[in-house]
Amino acid sequence: MRNLAHEVFLFLTGCILLLAACTQNTEHNQAEQTPALPEIVDFNFHVKPILSDRCFKCHGPDPNTREAGLRLDTEEGAFAALGDTGERHAIIPKDTANSTILSRIYTQDPDDIMPPPESNLTLTEREKTIIRRWIEQGAEWKEHWSFIPPEKPEVPEIEDEDRASNEIDHFILARLEQEGLSPAPAAEAEKLLRRVSFDLTGLPPSIEEIEAFRNDHSEEAYAKIVDRLLSTDAYAEKMASHWMDIARYADTHGYQDDLERTMWPWRDWVIHAFRKNMPYDSFIVWQLAGDLLPNPTREQVIATAFNRNHKITQEGGVIPEEYRVEYVSDRTTTFGTAFLGLTLECAKCHDHKYDPVTQKDFYSLYAFFNNVPEVGLIEPYGAIPEPYIELTREEIEETLHFIRNLDTVDRIPLMVMEEMKTPRQAYILKRGAYDKQGEPVSPDTPEELPGFDESYPKNRLGLAKWLFDEKHPLTARVAVNRLWQQCFGQGIVSTSEDFGNQGALPSHPELLDWLAIKLMEENWDIRKMLKYIVLSSTYRQSTKVTAELLERDPENRLLARAPRLRLKAEMIRDHALAISGLLNPEIGGPSVKPYQPPGLWAETTGGGGGSTAKYVEDEGNKRYRRSLYTFWKRTVPPPNMMTFDAASRDLCTVRRQSTSTPLQALTLMNDPQIVEASRVLASRACEEKEVVNDRIRMMFQAATSRAPSEDELARLLAYYAEEKARFQENEGLAEALLSTGPYPQLFTENQPDVAALTVVANAIFNLDETISRG
Amino acid sequence: MAKTDPIRHEIEQSQLGMNRRNFLSKASLGIGVAALSSLLGCNPFRRTGPISDTNQADMLSGILDAPHFAPKAKRVIYLFQSGGPSQLELLDYKPLLNKLNGEELPESVRNGQRLTGMTSNQESFPLAGSLYTFDQFGQNGTWVSELLPYTAQIVDELCIVRSMYTEAINHDPAITFFQTGSQQPGRPCMGSWLSYGLGSMNENLPTFTVLLSRGTGRKFGQPLYSRLWGNGFLHSLHQGVQFRSGKDPVLYLNNPEGIDSVSRRKMLDQLAALNARQFREYGDPEINSRIAQYEMAYRMQTSVPEVMDISDEPDYIYQMYGPEAMQPGSFAANCLLARRLAERDVRFIQLYHMGWDHHENLPSAVKNQARDVDQASAALVMDLKQRGMLDDTLVIWGGEFGRTNYSQGILTDTNYGRDHHPRCFTIWMAGGGIKPGLVYGETDDFGYNIVSKPVHVHDFQATMLHLLGIDHEQLTYKYQGRRFRLTDVHGKVVRDLLA
Repeated sequence: MRNLAHEVFLFLTGCILLLAACTQNTEHNQAEQTPALPEIVDFNFHVKPILSDRCFKCHGPDPNTREAGLRLDTEEGAFAALGDTGERHAIIPKDTANSTILSRIYTQDPDDIMPPPESNLTLTEREKTIIRRWIEQGAEWKEHWSFIPPEKPEVPEIEDEDRASNEIDHFILARLEQEGLSPAPAAEAEKLLRRVSFDLTGLPPSIEEIEAFRNDHSEEAYAKIVDRLLSTDAYAEKMASHWMDIARYADTHGYQDDLERTMWPWRDWVIHAFRKNMPYDSFIVWQLAGDLLPNPTREQVIATAFNRNHKITQEGGVIPEEYRVEYVSDRTTTFGTAFLGLTLECAKCHDHKYDPVTQKDFYSLYAFFNNVPEVGLIEPYGAIPEPYIELTREEIEETLHFIRNLDTVDRIPLMVMEEMKTPRQAYILKRGAYDKQGEPVSPDTPEELPGFDESYPKNRLGLAKWLFDEKHPLTARVAVNRLWQQCFGQGIVSTSEDFGNQGALPSHPELLDWLAIKLMEENWDIRKMLKYIVLSSTYRQSTKVTAELLERDPENRLLARAPRLRLKAEMIRDHALAISGLLNPEIGGPSVKPYQPPGLWAETTGGGGGSTAKYVEDEGNKRYRRSLYTFWKRTVPPPNMMTFDAASRDLCTVRRQSTSTPLQALTLMNDPQIVEASRVLASRACEEKEVVNDRIRMMFQAATSRAPSEDELARLLAYYAEEKARFQENEGLAEALLSTGPYPQLFTENQPDVAALTVVANAIFNLDETISRG
Repeated sequence: MAKTDPIRHEIEQSQLGMNRRNFLSKASLGIGVAALSSLLGCNPFRRTGPISDTNQADMLSGILDAPHFAPKAKRVIYLFQSGGPSQLELLDYKPLLNKLNGEELPESVRNGQRLTGMTSNQESFPLAGSLYTFDQFGQNGTWVSELLPYTAQIVDELCIVRSMYTEAINHDPAITFFQTGSQQPGRPCMGSWLSYGLGSMNENLPTFTVLLSRGTGRKFGQPLYSRLWGNGFLHSLHQGVQFRSGKDPVLYLNNPEGIDSVSRRKMLDQLAALNARQFREYGDPEINSRIAQYEMAYRMQTSVPEVMDISDEPDYIYQMYGPEAMQPGSFAANCLLARRLAERDVRFIQLYHMGWDHHENLPSAVKNQARDVDQASAALVMDLKQRGMLDDTLVIWGGEFGRTNYSQGILTDTNYGRDHHPRCFTIWMAGGGIKPGLVYGETDDFGYNIVSKPVHVHDFQATMLHLLGIDHEQLTYKYQGRRFRLTDVHGKVVRDLLA
């Protein structure tokens, strides 16, 4: 009976729309969707989301804001006797007449009604009915799903075994069968290749790769491709790029003058770790506590720079301790978001309003990160914040080959973690204020989570070991959910940052547990898990969607189709560089400064900042490196990245938005880098193909991974002809267009031809299909 | 409408009129919604299905179906004075400081107040009286400094709040606090909240625009951060769009050399057709959203240069705003642009004027800085008034905190500096439902503490939202399990300020 996922699965039938309504956007869409009431009401899946969202604020974990002595977040509290004489009960199983929660939510009296009018919260009729029906049915209480350790579920049986490639498909298809839905047919070869290439490497397949794959009809063709992609450096870079969001990596300190810092050797280590497929547990243990391992290697210490990627201030006049406290909080909340999937930051000023995390829990975790010999203020101006190590040229050459020192310096500084000999005493900080110390606390993990084994040292190393305790309910689920998100655009838990009471519920709880267990059984092998996911039939479906299915499952929680996703910011730029042939595939090294519109740093600087006061574009092929190497100035990040929803790197981010805006259109049409890529692609087409039809076909295929249809080609040809006439009339225009960007114009014959083709290439770069992976 | 709620009806009518006017006058610019609708078989601006990150196709309407109550202001022009202007030289007259000039700040006044690291080690805190004189203006005899002669002339239009206070004592956290309600980066700023809540009133310009200028008081010293106009966790449609002087007023606005607008139009037509074909094949509503965004981008390519081109302004306007209005990128030019943007129903127009951080050489610096902004700020208010726009445009003038009544560094007869002071400072507001001719709140004779009617930053934010028809407690966005607001969990509307 501990297997919650299996139990809960039964209740999900017919409730998919409720699940959709439980995502972040609840209040926006619930009015439009009134799903059927569940036959059997489940506490975790139906009742608690309502209680948490509308009631916990005053009847939840935080005792300081608790009203009327009633708490609904624990079983004990929900069924407790209330009032002086104890004759009232909020909830009495099966007794709807005497459960006061019901009279209070159904009353019309504004003085009595719950939630009260001043909360600005209300319950819909449907929500009230769910609560009533749950009480009628016996009000069975259950622990929060994500706090129960996963157990390996049975693989469900399905009618059409042929459709399944592995267990994933059994879970997905069983559910679709219950819903009376069929999966989409398999995606066309070129679509699948494009999808898997972007998801695993962040780069498109080449035309040659597409043709080879289309012509290879062997059983193993796809698996071979996946193996190849997973072994590329591009894969390691793509994985690192995700991890840099989580680690809030940047090349500047982030506050006020936003001085430059040197953290890129850590980024090179992350690429290295993914390249050698380091198991996830070691990957995390090193980053959290590499310095505390017995006789740590230099590499293990470098890994700990993870926890120094937070912002650091140099603003004269701040109170250093206030900021030091902020850095420790940042490490703590990053730990919560990245590894626990919990919003620990909500417990910084008071007990958590929704989850069983007390303020004491927060500061007990905080105590693990509080013992760094650091100060809050960079002083003197421009100093490297302690503690840091210096990597010498010799050790890089001898043992740390993965760091790409460009021979410019003999010693590279890197901020890392270090533990003070005598730990700093940590305190509960009242209202989160740095100078309002309350009760002293020692390092410990939240009470509601698995106990801290006595054999673990009470430091970051012990904390890291605790995270990988095999009974830990969150670590593997949170990690595997992010891998799923990488392949499907959204996690099985769509709020990949929040597995708590306010987070979304898993769309396929059994599958999530299956994957979490598998990740552990496979010794935390990330590459193996990704391969397993992308080899599923579910992943390999077409993205085509009918109006009926869209209406039925607008958020694609059931996966009766593959998602069609807009490329991430880095991928959009890298794609343009790759297909035009501009991409410089060098790996690692100091961050680079490609083109950005002039003046952006200069117009906001206060005059300080040194190297970050004015943007100096790099020369030569440094301009064409992959975007993960672009210099990240936190207070003025690269606009072409931010416009496409890159994370600001102020805080740990595990999930980006995917939006569509007019500024994106302007960027793709007019960013000189895209125009330059259009021109170089056009030149390449001119060199390789004789006839204009073939040239356009080649460009189109490079950008979309498929050949254009006849009518698409006809449109582009007509547009080409019009533009060519225009350029022939005025050759100066052709020359002007073809001198965009510093890259030399290689194909110099027939300028009007090349210019017209450039305009066509630019149009192709702007196709929705070009910036999507279908 | 089945039921006629008079307030709601009024709101809807006014919004309808506005949209129609703009739409008709600009319809020739782009392919237009009607043509687009026929191409796609649906209106791409109309929201279908639930909103999520990926399918918020509706770029014009906000999350609120209607304001919570009838708004007084339709738009805001925020003249942010970055760095912390000294209230003591400008709008908070303290003759006692001149009398006690050079004497030590009494501990009974300071009362343990936290100081910045820049003066906390100072051995002495000599009180510094303003080197500039004050006089009384307007019907209420409001004291205004000689540094603000133009502002003094319009004092009857202004509501001056002398009792502002904040929690932060350094620039980065203090500006971030004003803009986002939190000292630490990561939350959406005011303009983004308004865009999210109320949507846009036009389909030709971004609804939240930002203009920067650098002061002559202290040319360098205090940076800005693009996150101050960032959308935080809201949809990126709500981010502030910087309008810059120079040839590319919005990033990537201009077509590349060799491509003109006719050529661009042709490309967009091909794009729309090819994208529509994809939509028919794959059925992804995101494709329609993208087509609509391209049309908006194309309209911006015309409407942005048109609004930035101030050559059609008559001479008397330049006389009002001052000669600097002809100098692109100056504060005066930005004020004039702000009025032009307001005329085109941009909702939130955010100016930043840098250079108010006068730790030393304050007398000369504040004088230059005041000269930068005085005439144009006053001109903007009067220009809006004569156009009948002041009634529904809220103008705000102020910085992130005030400055100390004691000198930072050595006090001499002609020179002194002032450190940051969060406990009291002065801002002014005008139009948009604010009570004109009001001086609100009072500081003690030392200009150090508030003695009556304190207004916290969150109160100010709540009041601003109120004027726009928004209950600050009800405009929320659920993120990481929590409903966030601009005012965090604080703030109350300062009703005394309302007309």
